[in-house]
Amino acid sequence: MFSQKAPAPMARLRRNKNDRPEPVRSRGRRAPIIELSDVTKVYPGGHMALDRVSLSIGRGEFVFLVGPTGCGKSTLIKTLIRELDVTEGSVRIAGRDIATMPEKKIPQLRRNIGTVFQDFKLLPNRTVYDNVAYALQVIGASRHEIREQVPATLRLVGLSTKLHNYPDQLSGGEQQRVAVARAFVNHPPLMLADEPSGNLDPVTSIGIMQLLYRINKTGTTVVVVTHDREMVDNMRRRVVELYEGRVVRDEVSGGYTEESTTEFGMRMQAEMGIGADGERKTNGHGHSLAR
Amino acid sequence: MSRILFFFSEAFRALRRNGAPTLAAVVTTVVTLVLLGVLIPIFQTAQAKSNEVRSQLAINFALYDDATNAEIAQAKEKVEAMPHVAEVSFISKQEALQTLKSELQDKSIVEELHTNPLPASLLVKATDASDLPQIEKEVMGTTGGGKADPISPAISNPFSRQQSTEKIEKVTSALKIVLTVLMALLVVASVMLIGNTIRLSIFTRRREVEVMRLVGATRWFIRWPFLIEGVVVGFLGGLVAILILWIGKTTIVDPLSDTNSFAAAQHDATLAFPVLAAVLFGAAILVSTLGSGVTLRRFLRV
Repeated sequence: MFSQKAPAPMARLRRNKNDRPEPVRSRGRRAPIIELSDVTKVYPGGHMALDRVSLSIGRGEFVFLVGPTGCGKSTLIKTLIRELDVTEGSVRIAGRDIATMPEKKIPQLRRNIGTVFQDFKLLPNRTVYDNVAYALQVIGASRHEIREQVPATLRLVGLSTKLHNYPDQLSGGEQQRVAVARAFVNHPPLMLADEPSGNLDPVTSIGIMQLLYRINKTGTTVVVVTHDREMVDNMRRRVVELYEGRVVRDEVSGGYTEESTTEFGMRMQAEMGIGADGERKTNGHGHSLAR
Repeated sequence: MSRILFFFSEAFRALRRNGAPTLAAVVTTVVTLVLLGVLIPIFQTAQAKSNEVRSQLAINFALYDDATNAEIAQAKEKVEAMPHVAEVSFISKQEALQTLKSELQDKSIVEELHTNPLPASLLVKATDASDLPQIEKEVMGTTGGGKADPISPAISNPFSRQQSTEKIEKVTSALKIVLTVLMALLVVASVMLIGNTIRLSIFTRRREVEVMRLVGATRWFIRWPFLIEGVVVGFLGGLVAILILWIGKTTIVDPLSDTNSFAAAQHDATLAFPVLAAVLFGAAILVSTLGSGVTLRRFLRV
């Protein structure tokens, strides 16, 4: 579905493999990766979870979506992957209205959106390796591609020593890393993280946030949902705040600067009141913590 | 090709990792199939026996003593041409007496008779015992009620040699219905039992399906391994059940069939063992596969 605007993930993988040059993309204004206009979602029973939400997120952005519990954050995420149908308004992903998309195309949509959830959603009877590989098997990747991509992605998230463990043998932070690896393994243009650190302690969550930031730096748009607005208030990232289904704030706080992953992590730690000790611990993406 | 291999390896991985539910599904299949495998032949034998009894039922039409041979032959032809009539045979006065003699314990009663009081008769068998009353009415010309007007002047009145014809007819009819209903219930119960066990084993994995949907697996991509699992469960269950049935047949039923007429009836009245085995086997695989597919449909909705 992204074929014209952005290379589909698989196409990208194949291109890497064959060392073909990147084709010149058509110039001009590309549609934002996420574009909501007047999206309203009313649940059966009458509860209005989203109330005329309009929002546009450009490619490559890193956006925090904050708000108290029940403000519609998760509903918003679910509408983006068409787990929920909106009541009114249009949801465009890479310029394409997904509300009218035939059901047959939904898997295709989801393959282009990496998702990370608070409860990890790993397959319990698969190893770390197989969990990540599944995302590639689903899109019909060859064994060769899987053998290349999976270990590489697991190395990126810092889990290359736990390939053959099962999810229940991992700590929460590690499980979330597996989930991130699975979401990222086919290099989707968009990544959604719904309270990725909701179940994790502050130090481990910083590790996950750092990881998401890293992924953002590869060009993937990242949307992170959190109810912890304190933490993101001075993150110098775009913050969208929802309250009772409405966007009540949408601003870039503190200026948008290029910074390294470590700087990002350090600032987050400062934000959350964790000292140098915590910083040392999270080096290597929280590995030492896991044990 | 690698797809197919992938689906199979997924199915076997799931079977291995979900040992307890898999075992439950297989055992349920085995138990139900053995039950069916034992009861179906028994039902069929009972049906066959009941049909045999029914086929013995007949009605006689007494003939006037002064009827000519031509008249009798004509009457016989007429009755034979009627619907639902299976067989018509002529029984002479002499034969009737002979039969009576052989049935009586005190033969002296017959000896003391100097004449033969028994009439000659036409013995009529129906294609089904329940048609006998209708045949009687038609032969006697009393279909619309009123006075008897037999289809042939040779025929005087109907009688039945077995006093209990009507009773036997009713009992066996009821038996036939009861057996059919029982068999149907058993089949339905089996299907539901196997289906339900499989549903349960999939239900415990609905989160897994949810996750698969989330990473963008298509419905069939998710479904195939589950269907293969269903086939494997049905296959294993069917195999074990047929083995048990076969052992039971060769060690218990076959030796009995030499001496026991009920067991012997199996040979001609019921399905041959290979047919029964094939039917059960096919049904097991079909039911467990359908069970998987139908259950999955619920979780596959977005």
